[in-house]
Amino acid sequence: MDTFEPKIVGLFCNWCTYLAADLAGISRMKYSHNLRIVRVMCSGRIHPEFVLWAFRNGADGVLIGGCHPGDCHYIEGNYKNLRRFLLLRKLLEQVGIDPRRVRLEWISASEADKLKQVVNDFAETLRELGPFGTELPEEPVLDIHPKEEAVS
Amino acid sequence: MKKKVAFYWCASCGGCEEAVVDLAEFLLDALEQIEIVFWPVAMDFKIEDVEQLTDGEIFASFINGAVLLSDQEEVVRLLRRKSQVVVAFGSCSHQGGVPGLINTHDRQDVFDYYYHNGPTVQRNGNEMPTPTGAKAFHVALPEYYGKARPLNQVIEVDYYIPGCAPPPNVVKDALLQLLSDSPPPRGTVLAGAHSLCSECPLNETKPPEGFKIKQFVRPSQVTHIDPDTCLLMQGLPCLGPVTRSGCNALCIKGHMPCTGCFGPLDGVRDFGAAALSFLASLIDSNDEAEIQRIIDEGLPDPLGTFYMYSFPGSLLNEVLQKGRQKARAWREREETVEAQTTENQ
Ligand code: SF4
Ligand code: SF4
Ligand code: FES
Repeated sequence: MDTFEPKIVGLFCNWCTYLAADLAGISRMKYSHNLRIVRVMCSGRIHPEFVLWAFRNGADGVLIGGCHPGDCHYIEGNYKNLRRFLLLRKLLEQVGIDPRRVRLEWISASEADKLKQVVNDFAETLRELGPFGTELPEEPVLDIHPKEEAVS
Repeated sequence: MKKKVAFYWCASCGGCEEAVVDLAEFLLDALEQIEIVFWPVAMDFKIEDVEQLTDGEIFASFINGAVLLSDQEEVVRLLRRKSQVVVAFGSCSHQGGVPGLINTHDRQDVFDYYYHNGPTVQRNGNEMPTPTGAKAFHVALPEYYGKARPLNQVIEVDYYIPGCAPPPNVVKDALLQLLSDSPPPRGTVLAGAHSLCSECPLNETKPPEGFKIKQFVRPSQVTHIDPDTCLLMQGLPCLGPVTRSGCNALCIKGHMPCTGCFGPLDGVRDFGAAALSFLASLIDSNDEAEIQRIIDEGLPDPLGTFYMYSFPGSLLNEVLQKGRQKARAWREREETVEAQTTENQ
């Protein structure tokens, strides 16, 4: 039986996590191939809608990567991102999506190793969870009260 | 010749009908220009009267409520054929509205609640509303879809009048625009173009930037609301900054935070995500545990807070639908593979 390979969308800030991914590439590190990276200037640029679009277009998990607290190039973009992330995760959980499908990590430019571990680990979690939507209850079939013609 | 107009209601509370009546004298003046050919809530026309009209004979149909039942779907399709212009009237028709929150529940659960378990339900034994039972009274029961849809998911919509319910000034302006010689481009939401804060009398009490919120409070939790200070600054989750203007800050003037009934500004796909984003950014903490506590205590119901009027038409809802499809497709694939493997053995 073929196994499920999740699609991960990574939303990475230009100054830290993206550079870590770059470093991982230059150092020819091997890690899970499930990741597709979108570069943003700062994790503070990440609107919750970006995460929704990722899922809408086929992602099974979304990984947000920013600078460590205190290190954001734009002072507090990562804090804003953290606040939005926590509220978004609560919303997703409320509508039945497994909160483990969204993940936020602070990864600095030099932490290629951490990036590798995070991606591998996230991919493994998602493999266990299955395709996006698996956790949602199935849509009920319309079977109550089929339409009746009026009797005259 | 007078222009023919029709009004119809789907899954709604009746407030939007009230909104038409609230036009008062203006409605009487308007009757010089328009002729009402269908308005079930107020006038005795039948579906057959609409069926007898030629296609496109109605100038405009104003349809409120979400589409939840099969008869509603039938009537709105009929009105679409007979009308030059279809206007989605009010939040439910525009985006799904409050009845649209039903979409987050299981269809059978909703049914059981209303006919069995609800605290106000009193039944005689096992008596249930059934098509056969209904037949005895010469009525037909429409099918309950279990999912509410905004009007534009059922038929093509030309204009939107937002609001829960649309206040008289907005309805009046919209009617005048539609009846004018140069109506706005199709697809227009007939209300303000800026955010509600731009017309809120409390806006000037708000610093241009840099204020933060340490604790969110619900109106029912506070004994005193300062009527002269922006409600958001008082910790009330006012959605004015991301909500379309037009109502002249009705709720704010009643000391209640805006819950976003006018929906998003042009160009915003998901109202809830926009509301969630701006509100979360204002939280006054950089510490994960503390932020989580502020959220859990002050915003315990993000879906109800941010998607109160917009869930069925939202990107979030689309995400869930896509997810279900994807999971179903995967399950089916696995079953086929399994069946093949057993066959080969
Ligand atoms: S946030 Fe609410 S109370 Fe404050 S200015 Fe905007 S609409 Fe008015
Ligand atoms: S203040 Fe907000 S919720 Fe109240 S009527 Fe205006 S748009 Fe609707
Ligand atoms: S620049 Fe990296 S999080 Fe802001």
